[in-house]
Amino acid sequence: MIDNVVDLSRLQFAATAMYHFLFVPLTLGMVWLLVIMETVWVMTGKQVYQDMTKFWGKLFGINFALGVTTGITMEFQFGTNWAYYSHYVGDIFGAPLAIEGLMAFFLESTMIGLFFFGWDRLSRKQHLLVTVLLAVGSNLSALWILIANGWMQNPIGAEFNYHTMRMEMTDFWAVLFNPVAQAKFVHTVSAGYVTGAMFVLSISSWYLLRGRDVEFAKKSFRIAAAFGFASVCSVIVLGDESGYSVGESQQTKLAAMEAMWHTEPAPAAFNVIAWPNEAEMKNDWAIEVPWVMGLIGTRSVSKEIPGIHEIMAANRARIVSGQQAVVALDALRINRGDTAAQAQLKAHQADLGFGLLLKKYTDDVAQATPAMIAAAARDTIPKVAPMFWSFRIMVALGVAMLGLFGWALWSSVRGSFAANRRLLKLALYCLPLPWLACEVGWFVAEYGRQPWTIYGVLPTRLSVSTLSEASLYGSLAGFVGFYTVLLCAEMYLMVRFARQGPGSLGTGRYANEAPAH
Amino acid sequence: MLDYATLKIIWWGLVGVLLVGFAIMDGHDMGVGTLLPFVGKTDVERRVVINTVGPHWDGNQVWFITGGGAIFAAWPFVYATAFSGFYWAMLAVLWALFFRPVGFDYRSKLDNPTWRTAWDWGLFVGGFVPPLIFGVAFGNLFLGVPFHFDSHLVSFYEGSFWALLNPFALLCGVVSSAMITAHGAIYLVHRTEDAVQARAARALNISVLVALLGFSAAGVWLALGIDGYVISSAVNGNALPDPLAKTVVRETGAWLANYQRWPLAMLLPLLGYAGLIGAVLLARVGRSFAGFWASALGLAGIIGTAGISLFPFIMPSSSHLASSLTVWDSTSSHMTLGLMLAVALVFVPIILLYTRWAYAVMAGKVTAAYVRENSHSTY
Repeated sequence: MIDNVVDLSRLQFAATAMYHFLFVPLTLGMVWLLVIMETVWVMTGKQVYQDMTKFWGKLFGINFALGVTTGITMEFQFGTNWAYYSHYVGDIFGAPLAIEGLMAFFLESTMIGLFFFGWDRLSRKQHLLVTVLLAVGSNLSALWILIANGWMQNPIGAEFNYHTMRMEMTDFWAVLFNPVAQAKFVHTVSAGYVTGAMFVLSISSWYLLRGRDVEFAKKSFRIAAAFGFASVCSVIVLGDESGYSVGESQQTKLAAMEAMWHTEPAPAAFNVIAWPNEAEMKNDWAIEVPWVMGLIGTRSVSKEIPGIHEIMAANRARIVSGQQAVVALDALRINRGDTAAQAQLKAHQADLGFGLLLKKYTDDVAQATPAMIAAAARDTIPKVAPMFWSFRIMVALGVAMLGLFGWALWSSVRGSFAANRRLLKLALYCLPLPWLACEVGWFVAEYGRQPWTIYGVLPTRLSVSTLSEASLYGSLAGFVGFYTVLLCAEMYLMVRFARQGPGSLGTGRYANEAPAH
Repeated sequence: MLDYATLKIIWWGLVGVLLVGFAIMDGHDMGVGTLLPFVGKTDVERRVVINTVGPHWDGNQVWFITGGGAIFAAWPFVYATAFSGFYWAMLAVLWALFFRPVGFDYRSKLDNPTWRTAWDWGLFVGGFVPPLIFGVAFGNLFLGVPFHFDSHLVSFYEGSFWALLNPFALLCGVVSSAMITAHGAIYLVHRTEDAVQARAARALNISVLVALLGFSAAGVWLALGIDGYVISSAVNGNALPDPLAKTVVRETGAWLANYQRWPLAMLLPLLGYAGLIGAVLLARVGRSFAGFWASALGLAGIIGTAGISLFPFIMPSSSHLASSLTVWDSTSSHMTLGLMLAVALVFVPIILLYTRWAYAVMAGKVTAAYVRENSHSTY
């Protein structure tokens, strides 16, 4: 039973973010497929490529509408539901969100209007430029959002100020070039490209299985297979993993998703499958591959990857130090000129966030008992089993898609794919896989950050707005209900137009011509 | 680099610019949404109305999103306190906005009258509700909002959603709603013809009348019946933001004090009147494009009037006066304000350029013939 504001706020954020993330990856990927198709049209002048741009663009638009709808919520939910978070880190976190609007979202949203309405009013090259700017805008948008998100995982370039009672930016370039953010960006947009490619590949396969609009479907299939193969390689090779050796939060996450309870001599073994036992903090059994974990996690054979017990011991020390920081801060909030407290805060400021973890157990942090400190240290590790299994599901899906796109590309180079019913059927049935992988991947990244909203800086518990549970129940139900209705409308239109195919353009060149409406 | 106090003032102005930009750009398509069920009687007429803003509403909506982002970055105290305090009002805005992207894109994709009528009313809600609620919220700022901060600057809202719906705030809601409707109406006069245009012209006259009557009534009410807020301690604009460091008192007529201090500020309410009346007159002589910009100036005048009357307050607290948020103690750090100013100075002109290009590409009347000929590609 979820019965408090913190859990309800988390659930609402997770629900709205995961809904939003049903639509974003497809937008990110499909827009580049539109760029490719339209470029071929401009270069060759072949009509079918313009039809492809328009038809896939129509489906893109149906998806885009819900991406925008669910995206508005994300921009405002920090303020409505995470007010203390917004106050505490708005000085840093707000900037990339505002820049996203000014640099990227304006561009994307202005160009999408011209993409749909500008066909007869723009020259071919002008329209292509519009499509390219649409793609650049949507991908830049992802960049700024992930810079903001990356800072939550690895908060660099900022410092706490007891006068204003918040984190303040000290180095924008550090926030901008945060290695965790960069790794996340590459991994996330690549996952989006895979999603776009799978969408086109699967629906094209369905046309080919039915033997209709064959030329249109074959050309779409080829482009999707090549683009998808390149993207799935990028997702796997440039995976988030490259970022895991960097920040501390990422090390915690890595240890949790690998169920690495203890530091092992480098290079560590990889648990292909294991049975994590949360209560006893060990694996009941595991199938290991030597060396692999160390290589993936550190890109070296000599660096150690810390295990969960070692991370907890280090965090325990930081909580004890952070306790001093919290005590000093409380004194300073009453008397800003208290020089002893200033010195004490300065000495322990880096651990302030860890001290704040104790507020879960006592309001008077100075009096926290060793048992409370131990419990807080245990809290710094997210639950291992959900992390372990989610990560493995994501990787398995990635590998499966690598196989599919590899096969599809190979067949399309050989020219045999249109008659290969096994391949076409497989491509059709694999349609949901990238969405599953994206959602699970999002879960790993964000659930793995718990118990923090900003790793090491601000515990999730303290980040929420002072709202009532009744308000949260009401809004959560409202969001889920509203989104579900909209999702039904979206799916209905998507299936309808995908079934009808390019005939929905009303050009007279395809099967299932649409009557004028 | 500019000093902190100057940057705080500049950002007050910039948030104002974004708010006015939102009212002018997103405002006209919200006004169009509000008028949709009334000026379009047949399906084709409604499609004409929708397609006047079809290519632009999405870009325009980013003024709203960016406004939110800018308040987050520049005024994190306000972002946190207002959005969580006005929780249900904000959700009502969000949920109303949900109808727009899907309404525009999905409405004409099915040839089913029930489906289309349902989305038409969805677009109405998406156009009508947000400006109404923003007006109501602004009205409540003049009255003061019941909230306070604790020593660690956690904000607590003490009122209820229903308390926001008091008579003065509702009057402000009417002004906001009417001026946005007027703005949508003059846009429709410019972009449509025949019956739709004639109905939009009538709607323009009515909504301008309502907006200006309401605006006048609110001014009188403010002068006579509503106590303003004044900072009673010394102000150091360069100090680090700390809402609890000052003292505040309430005084009758204080909301109009700025017009005595800076008589030129009187130009703002005058611009409000002149702009909206100008829009009506220009529409009458067939100069609807100039009329649109007159209306835009009118919106700037009315919003500017609200802003300058409140200055330096942004969100006064009625229950714990010292917690009031002002221009001086609501901002982010010196560095962030400077950085965001640089970003805004680079990107706002670029945005205006490509927005202008987008409108230029789509310029001209939207006709019934255009909608019929392009029934598969238009909304």
